[in-house]
Amino acid sequence: MTSSTLIKSFERAKEDNRAALLTYTVGGDPDKKTSLNIFKSIAESGADIIECGLGHGANIGDGGAIQDSTYRALSGGIKTDDIFEIIVDFKKDYATDVIIMTYQNKIMAYGEEDFLKKCISSKVSGIICVDWPWPLNLDFAKKCKENNIVFIQLLCPTTNEGRLKSILNDAHEVVYYISMLSTTGQKLKVSSDEIKKRFNLIKKISPDKKCIIGFGITADTINDFKDTDACVVGSALCREITRSIDEELNPATNVGNMVTDLKQKLSS
Amino acid sequence: MKLEKGIPLIDQHDENGYWGGKFGGNQIAESLNYPIEELTREFQKLRNDETFIAERDYYFKNFVGAPTPFIKLDNLTKHLGGAQIYCKLVSKATGGAHKAYNAVVHSLICKRLGKTYIGGDTGAGYAGKMLSMAAAKFNLKCKIFMGAKDVERQSINVFSMRSYGAEVVPVNSGSQTLVDAVSECMRWWTSENEEAHMCVGSTVGPTIFVKICAWSTAQISREMKKQVMDEFGEVPKDMKLINCVGGGSSAAGFWNEWIDYDNIELIGVEAGGPEGSSKHAAPLTNDSPIGVLHGATQYVIQDDQGEIEETDSISAGLDYPGVSPLHCFLKETGRARYTSASDEEAIEAFQLVSKNEGFVSPSLEPSHAFAEAIKIAPKLSKDTIIVVDSCGDSAKDSKIIAERLGYKI
Repeated sequence: MTSSTLIKSFERAKEDNRAALLTYTVGGDPDKKTSLNIFKSIAESGADIIECGLGHGANIGDGGAIQDSTYRALSGGIKTDDIFEIIVDFKKDYATDVIIMTYQNKIMAYGEEDFLKKCISSKVSGIICVDWPWPLNLDFAKKCKENNIVFIQLLCPTTNEGRLKSILNDAHEVVYYISMLSTTGQKLKVSSDEIKKRFNLIKKISPDKKCIIGFGITADTINDFKDTDACVVGSALCREITRSIDEELNPATNVGNMVTDLKQKLSS
Repeated sequence: MKLEKGIPLIDQHDENGYWGGKFGGNQIAESLNYPIEELTREFQKLRNDETFIAERDYYFKNFVGAPTPFIKLDNLTKHLGGAQIYCKLVSKATGGAHKAYNAVVHSLICKRLGKTYIGGDTGAGYAGKMLSMAAAKFNLKCKIFMGAKDVERQSINVFSMRSYGAEVVPVNSGSQTLVDAVSECMRWWTSENEEAHMCVGSTVGPTIFVKICAWSTAQISREMKKQVMDEFGEVPKDMKLINCVGGGSSAAGFWNEWIDYDNIELIGVEAGGPEGSSKHAAPLTNDSPIGVLHGATQYVIQDDQGEIEETDSISAGLDYPGVSPLHCFLKETGRARYTSASDEEAIEAFQLVSKNEGFVSPSLEPSHAFAEAIKIAPKLSKDTIIVVDSCGDSAKDSKIIAERLGYKI
């Protein structure tokens, strides 16, 4: 019943009068054990939902910080099964929802059916696939739904109203709003108000759907999104992993500290 | 999977952009959906616009230098015995390769879209060189993404691009070759698509880019059809058209007008890589698994994890792990045959052609096509006509070839 736990994560945050906090890090960065520790530290620091990247070398949406993380994981020999093992180990001790974010070729190479089976057995709550747009993803999304996994549709500033309505009509309980036209981790090039305007439009069309806001959100801007449903911080955390490795510090501790700070800013 | 007659190859895709219901498509991030829809609409309008066609033809004729020569390679024919060998000398196009056609068309489209900034990827450097050239002519700001390894090995073309005022961005991720340059260019366009236009340098990427590129390079076969009629008075009964295939843009253009002629054999030659090495850039020849790369479904060299594997070829222009959905479609329908030539065979072909013909000095990419012609010509009768598309000039490869042959330049 993973999709229902995912919704509860949003509702709990709403009871706290804040948006849910999602984190994005690449699974297996820099290795399996450290990655698991990073997830645990993130959960203990109060993140509501963990987005776990199943990195792809030939990605077309990742900025430099996430590319570095992906490169570290892949060149360390991390395989798709390793990512599932990390999630299984994590879920043994933590109830925090885990969403997988990946690219279509990773799912194709694993086999759609097998990938889905593995998501179910690993208690994955949702899937985001960057380069599998609506409506091409509808068959797969349907299979996800049948297995209580939320397939999270993506929306962006240039998704026109007709398309927006159609996507929302087909979408499951959660959607993801890409706040600006960019790859991940670039400086926010639109104002928080503009993003919220678009968020409100989505909510007006689909009041019942939870909308995650992602791209360009950092500790400096996160408080602006307090009244929304959820926001993601990713590249800043990946950069912190890189810095920790470079300076021979503990990435799990440092990422955890950063999440604590983000949560505080989102709650204040 | 079936090829339709009387319908241009570029239009034989379904509503989602898949050829044969399987190859191509628009597997892109949502942020690219709008600019791709916009470009699709614009291209559909322009390809039916007589003023635009006239403008295209004006630049093809006066700036690119159409038509390029269609010549018989008498000495090579005599040397090999067997089939008569002809050559479409596309390397005579301004800039030294077929990439000028796509670059001119994209630059014209960019202007029609009201944009003043264009970006593109490049492998061997030809696509980047021609795009920079066209961008300079049409007053467009230009940015070229090129793998750091290619920047190093194709420095002559890099120098040209910079001379034309383009910004060349070396891409340091992954294998530092074309595959990474295309990824980086698509990431750039994701951020800049409101202001900038993207030119994909080959018949790869989302469907509209495959179509625009093949529509542009189709100039090669359009003009060649007239030249063939002038030479033979009719379409020869037994004709084979041999072209190298990396992304597949020159082959798509070289074959376009001939697809409906069942008696004409289409042969694509991929990069087999160094002899004895398992690394190659020949996904069609080696039945690589089907996957998604740069927004399109295609045969792609990858491991069991879906990670794109490094390819190895002496020819930077063929060093690409995927291949055009058009060629995947032509292979599956059985219309074209695909094979590969090794680095060594390509070098030998370069030497043999240059030594015998003088006026024809193919770059490493078409040297792969010549290698196949050299292999099969002696076994064929003199009634068979082989035409090789010499789509690039060897000047850019002088350093690599000379080093290989032990010369110091």
